[in-house]
Amino acid sequence: MALSLLQPGAALSAEWTAPEVDILRSLWIGTLGPPPPDPTNAVADDPDAAAMGHRLFFDTRLSRDGNIACATCHRPELRFADGLPKGVAIGMTKRNTPGIIGAAYSPWLYWDGRRDSLWSQALSPLEDPNEHGGNRMQYVHIIANDPGYRRSYEALFGALPDLSDAGRFPEDASPLGNDTWAENWRQMTDEDREAVNRVFTNTAKAVAAYERLLLPAPSRFDEYVAAVTEENEEQKNAIFSDAEVAGLRLFLGGGNCTQCHNGPLLTNFEFHNTGVISAPGDVPDKGRIVGVDQVRADPFNCLGDYSDAAIENCAELRFVRAGTELIGAMRTPSLRNLENTGPYMHQGQLETLADVLAHYNAAPEAMIGHSDIEPLGLSDRELEQLEAFLLTLAAPAATSERWLNPPAADTPHPHGD
Amino acid sequence: MLTKIGRTGSALVCLLMFLMNPAAGDAAETSDGSTPVDSEQGLFKVSYRSSLEPIVINEMHEWVLHVSTPDGQAVDDASISIAGGMPAHNHGLPTNPQVTENLGNGSYRVEGLRFHMRGDWEIVIDISAGEQADRVRIAIRL
Repeated sequence: MALSLLQPGAALSAEWTAPEVDILRSLWIGTLGPPPPDPTNAVADDPDAAAMGHRLFFDTRLSRDGNIACATCHRPELRFADGLPKGVAIGMTKRNTPGIIGAAYSPWLYWDGRRDSLWSQALSPLEDPNEHGGNRMQYVHIIANDPGYRRSYEALFGALPDLSDAGRFPEDASPLGNDTWAENWRQMTDEDREAVNRVFTNTAKAVAAYERLLLPAPSRFDEYVAAVTEENEEQKNAIFSDAEVAGLRLFLGGGNCTQCHNGPLLTNFEFHNTGVISAPGDVPDKGRIVGVDQVRADPFNCLGDYSDAAIENCAELRFVRAGTELIGAMRTPSLRNLENTGPYMHQGQLETLADVLAHYNAAPEAMIGHSDIEPLGLSDRELEQLEAFLLTLAAPAATSERWLNPPAADTPHPHGD
Repeated sequence: MLTKIGRTGSALVCLLMFLMNPAAGDAAETSDGSTPVDSEQGLFKVSYRSSLEPIVINEMHEWVLHVSTPDGQAVDDASISIAGGMPAHNHGLPTNPQVTENLGNGSYRVEGLRFHMRGDWEIVIDISAGEQADRVRIAIRL
């Protein structure tokens, strides 16, 4: 450390008022705590479920063509995002792939919040024709036929149903699939469909248990807040440059950033229309106004038959708001780990952080609905300072290496590099 | 340049008002919950107790409202609806809170409250009981 070389007062000493320190501490990772319990998932914090989920997350067999795993788009080396404007698996998705570090803290999943738990979210890509492209019956057969999965599954959830009667349990079936799969699903009895849904959802609950281990680590910003709290001037000056201090001041003040990017994950997990222009060739995305109807109708939501939660644990869903304010509204993303997770926004419309800040500074009218933001009137220099500050929120995942790589020898590496 | 200074200056003034003086600004003073707030036409008084004390942002919680007549008689047959938002930001609540239980003696459980920003909030409570209907606005500063 070169601390002793710094002249006292060499860097502009940043004085923070007591209320500012209070806000800084509210953004500090030290106030985050472990992920909130997930009452919808009885195995949410079971290490054996996480181990099974780890294997599932990297398993390319869970796809129509045998090439797509969760990790294909949620790439550990890119903070579990993919670096693309929109996700690309079997086809191209409609939106930007979010990173999943810290996703366990969010009451809503997806940009439009159309799912309300990690496991109910994990079900959707598996059956989306542009993503994994398979069907639930196919996946349930994989669980039953793979000795390792079968063993893990039965230890966690009890006996698998007997799937040996191909008349009752065809190779492919799903209410969401192509005509053949949908017809196969229609021909199944209610009881058999329920049994398949049960295995399908339990499998996703194991994936969710794994995802709950993907947590953010302290960043340089968090070290700075610790130094502010301890009133350690030398440390403060060593950790943050003048530009970063100035950027932080703008973040709390003239940038209006903490209206939405608040709390230790720098998100309020809510939905806001910020007037981001849709990607070329795309119609404006309706966002939350559609997502709220979808999550209410989702058979796998907190109140559904496959959730382990009691009704009193479903407050977010029971008291979810609808209304025209949600037209074009998207979920506020965390600002931790912006350094290599571009392009940004719900369709990856904005290439760089500078582009994002320029957007907020200009605050154009929304294409649909009403934008929540107003022009900031910041100078180029101030925008650079804000960007410098935002990059101090970068940190590796607080998750051991073994969870960040495919499990040993079980499955081939997902395609791609 | 002048515009810029003006904007920065006014932002700073707002920030200072927000940070330094809880009673300043356009919103009414924050209700502490235990002191009853009069309804607009004076037909009811409403106090509340929050399950989250102090109230912080981004946490789902519930309140118990207590509704009385101006002379302190409990109103126990009210139908109550809850709305609100941040008047300065022109947006509503992030949730749709509802009365889920009449606890008797003028007390009502309200579930589904969560605030997602610091600043001045207003909870708007519409109460009707018998022939009488009135509105109460409770100010919250977070």
